[in-house]
Amino acid sequence: MSLWEYANPVKFLKLSDKVLPFFVGFSIIGLSIGLFWGFFFTPDDYRQGSTVKIIYLHVPSALMAINAWFMMLVASLIWLVRRHHVSALAAKAAAPVGVTMTMVALVTGALWGQPMWGTWWAWDPRLTSFLVLFLFYLGYIALWSAIDNPDTAADLTSMLCIVGSVFAILSRYAVNFWNQGLHQGASLSLDKEKNVADVFYQPLLFSIFGFVFLFLTLVLIGTRTEIRLRRIEALRLRKDSE
Amino acid sequence: MIALLQRDLLLAVRAGGGFGLGVAFFLIVVVLVPLGIGPDMVILSKVSVGVLWVGALLACVLSLDRIFSLDYDDGTLELLLTSPIPLEAVVTIKAFSHWITTGLPLVVISPILGLLLGLQVSDLKWVVISLLIGTPALSAIGAFGASLTVGIRRGGLLLSLLVLPLYVPTLIFGANVASKGLEDVSNNGALLILTAVTLAAFSILPFASAFVLRINLR
Repeated sequence: MSLWEYANPVKFLKLSDKVLPFFVGFSIIGLSIGLFWGFFFTPDDYRQGSTVKIIYLHVPSALMAINAWFMMLVASLIWLVRRHHVSALAAKAAAPVGVTMTMVALVTGALWGQPMWGTWWAWDPRLTSFLVLFLFYLGYIALWSAIDNPDTAADLTSMLCIVGSVFAILSRYAVNFWNQGLHQGASLSLDKEKNVADVFYQPLLFSIFGFVFLFLTLVLIGTRTEIRLRRIEALRLRKDSE
Repeated sequence: MIALLQRDLLLAVRAGGGFGLGVAFFLIVVVLVPLGIGPDMVILSKVSVGVLWVGALLACVLSLDRIFSLDYDDGTLELLLTSPIPLEAVVTIKAFSHWITTGLPLVVISPILGLLLGLQVSDLKWVVISLLIGTPALSAIGAFGASLTVGIRRGGLLLSLLVLPLYVPTLIFGANVASKGLEDVSNNGALLILTAVTLAAFSILPFASAFVLRINLR
């Protein structure tokens, strides 16, 4: 019994069928607790007022935007090394979710930035590298949709994902070099003593939990759809050849 | 390998089309910017480095699909795949010949265009140096993008969408070298990183490009 067994589409569909309701449940629970608690039962920040509450959307979506790309990278590597189709399809399914998360992070950031920094947008390293990440997602999705042969498309997009990751990291350091930031440093980390104040921290954790499962749910649904689309395609080809 | 380089250069020069086009495009971009911004030389000289770099980058993107597409269409690329030279070397040569036919002319013409944008003669050296070091990276990264889109009909727009985000680090460091040079601030760090980007792009990316080309040719 190994994890690789679930690379078999049938087993993957069976397993995902079982876990999907739980993931949906977890994401609903996490999001509703996190967002309701965060929006209605936390105090306003003494300087930021109620705008601080956008943190419950901004931080988790930004987190998932980066993690989605990382997941695509891992899935691409698995596809290139072990040729499991489910892996390639999972990477394909994760891209639209990732680009949406990036967009949510950018938009909520702009809405937050306007009252706090007095500007919708600044060419700050974090903001700029997120915009670049957004462009990387667009290119990746466009390449998937441009190629007809699914295996070729999976190979090429995997390679783009790997090269793109290297350049995305390089861009992250390049923009640091290029401009000093307006954005604060990380407010959440596992190894730091001081995080965001507890009142904001606890609902935020629920919200992040909800976002993680929301992402997993969407990717699973997307992957299942892709697998079924691939089957329909195969059936149609078989019918045509008869 | 030298024969391949000679062939590519000859084709680029004699077949027409691609060779002078990049330079002409660069010229047009630089002419259009003052028309858009206004003739104030002080403002122009402030944005000049950025305009020259972005212009060079766009001119480079314009000619990228010619690296492989012609050879792909007439089957030369398949012959090159079966030839004794490894495909990685073929890609490197092709990227290099793209640089000679596109990047190098841009570097040569950049000081003249710099004068149009209000740069002092003494400042031109940094523009030329940064472009000279940075543009080879553009060709190597572009060759990767071109190998990704070689099998796609009308892939030009997709190619620029794929390649331009990859150009971000080169652009940042390249423009940084030039603008710091103009301000007489030490630009050693940026210069070294720009060189590193170019060297790394030329030594590592051909492997990725060759991998992708093999997939496209199978």
